[in-house]
Amino acid sequence: MANIMIRRGDNGALSFYLPKKDLEDDIVSLEFETPQRWGGELVLKDGSRWHFEPLEGEPRLPITVRARRLGGEDD
Amino acid sequence: MATLTREETEALIQEVLEVYPEKAKKDRAKHLAVNDHEANAKKCVTSNRKSLPGVMTIRGCAYAGSKGVVWGPIKDMIHISHGPVGCGQYSRAGRRNYYVGVTGINAFGEMNFTSDFQERDIVFGGDKKLAKLIGEIEKLFPLNNGITIQSECPIGLIGDDIEAVSKKATAEFGKTVVPVRCEGFRGVSQSLGHHIANDAVRDWVIGNRDNKPFEQTAYDVAIIGDYNIGGDAWSSRILLEEMGLRVVAQWSGDGTLAEMENTPKVKLNLLHCYRSMNYISRHMEEKYGIPWVEYNFFGPTKVAESLRKIASFFDDSIKAKTEEVIAKYQPMMQAVIDKYKPRLQGKRVMLYVGGLRPRHVIGAYEDLGMEVVGTGYEFGHNDDYERTVKEMGNATLLYDDVTGFEFEEFVKKVKPDLIGSGIKEKYIFQKMGIPFRQMHSWDYSGPYHGYDGFAIFARDMDMTLNNPCWSTLTPPWKKPQAPALAAAA
Repeated sequence: MANIMIRRGDNGALSFYLPKKDLEDDIVSLEFETPQRWGGELVLKDGSRWHFEPLEGEPRLPITVRARRLGGEDD
Repeated sequence: MATLTREETEALIQEVLEVYPEKAKKDRAKHLAVNDHEANAKKCVTSNRKSLPGVMTIRGCAYAGSKGVVWGPIKDMIHISHGPVGCGQYSRAGRRNYYVGVTGINAFGEMNFTSDFQERDIVFGGDKKLAKLIGEIEKLFPLNNGITIQSECPIGLIGDDIEAVSKKATAEFGKTVVPVRCEGFRGVSQSLGHHIANDAVRDWVIGNRDNKPFEQTAYDVAIIGDYNIGGDAWSSRILLEEMGLRVVAQWSGDGTLAEMENTPKVKLNLLHCYRSMNYISRHMEEKYGIPWVEYNFFGPTKVAESLRKIASFFDDSIKAKTEEVIAKYQPMMQAVIDKYKPRLQGKRVMLYVGGLRPRHVIGAYEDLGMEVVGTGYEFGHNDDYERTVKEMGNATLLYDDVTGFEFEEFVKKVKPDLIGSGIKEKYIFQKMGIPFRQMHSWDYSGPYHGYDGFAIFARDMDMTLNNPCWSTLTPPWKKPQAPALAAAA
């Protein structure tokens, strides 16, 4: 589990940032992106997959959430 | 020498790696690369890893990152180097963070405050000494606006509770006292020190004036990550003010505690040194919704680009004024370029610095017709290299945490006309007969930021490159003898 920050990047896409590791990448897809439910599994441009508990409603960005890496060595 | 091709550069890296033992070779190979615009930065250079034992690294420590870079320039606070005397004394005033104020009265930038640890303090703990020291500071320097405690290695090792001392001192004197856990052994380079310092600002400073009144305008900005080396922040600030913006805070060159506390009230954070202060910018974006924008004030092309980028966050009146500012300075900059470009055209530069310079100054060199053929960061991270790949030419050298040996070998083969790096490299390369600029603190010159800075930058590069001394490096007795002399002998 790691604290990650999601913000709106300069190009308008959602951007993923993992401090300390300095992993900064665009989010290609997010499982839930509706006004009711926001979050779930996300896929980065480099192909890695992460998951965080979906939030109720779209949050004000940027936001820090606890996320877990899927399918990686951290599992 | 002509520019190296991709294959030649790759061969050069292999050649340099040849001397290492197998294990070291494997590790170092990951840090050296040929720039490729198509490749993913993640795949090209590994960064922010521990330096190998036995190689000459140029890196600093977490204490250097916190006290020397982030906290040190804040002029109205006293920064105690808590621990043995050397760390503070040998890093004192070295970065030339200029400030306005009377040193020792209301500004303390060039002074060294230390708890001067002795064996006794290691054995019995240094908290009492620290508390006494803070009391003495209050008595001797009553106009200080706050104190930070910059931990040196022993503090973490012996487990002193500097947070408790800080809280007590805050209660006693009613001033901000910030404990910073930036012991030198933390992390692999000064980079973690920046992060720790940013976190300390976040925890102890940023929220201090959250509900206090502050007269705001729609054009408030803060300069983040400009350490006013040789006056850099000043030559940046005047441009922003000419644009019609109001600079509320300078982080941290010539900055004050009050400015930092007021920063959450601004409309936009302008981030110059991404590496050392992106953390606090991200925090302010999340907590206060303040957007941040990276800018680059080296060289007229990048300055104009950055001014327009900054103006795009504001209304049309600012945009119009920005165009006026650019139009006003453009002829002056053209005069500088006309004067120096013919003398510098086509010269090749290799850089090895820290923070933002390995990528930010590329534009300034290009404005002078020069080419950067190799660049690298002391303590950059992956996101720095991602930004650098776009700025650098294809097939140029990238080296992360380069060792003394590698750097020398690269220089011997690439044969640049100018090298920009730190003081430890300066004399080696000068003795090799290569013009050198110390690019950490502008070789005791500066400012280099903004339009005014570019004129100085261009003059300095010309002064170094075209200095007559480079032609007299060979002593007379090693020169090929003139025929008349040979006949006489």
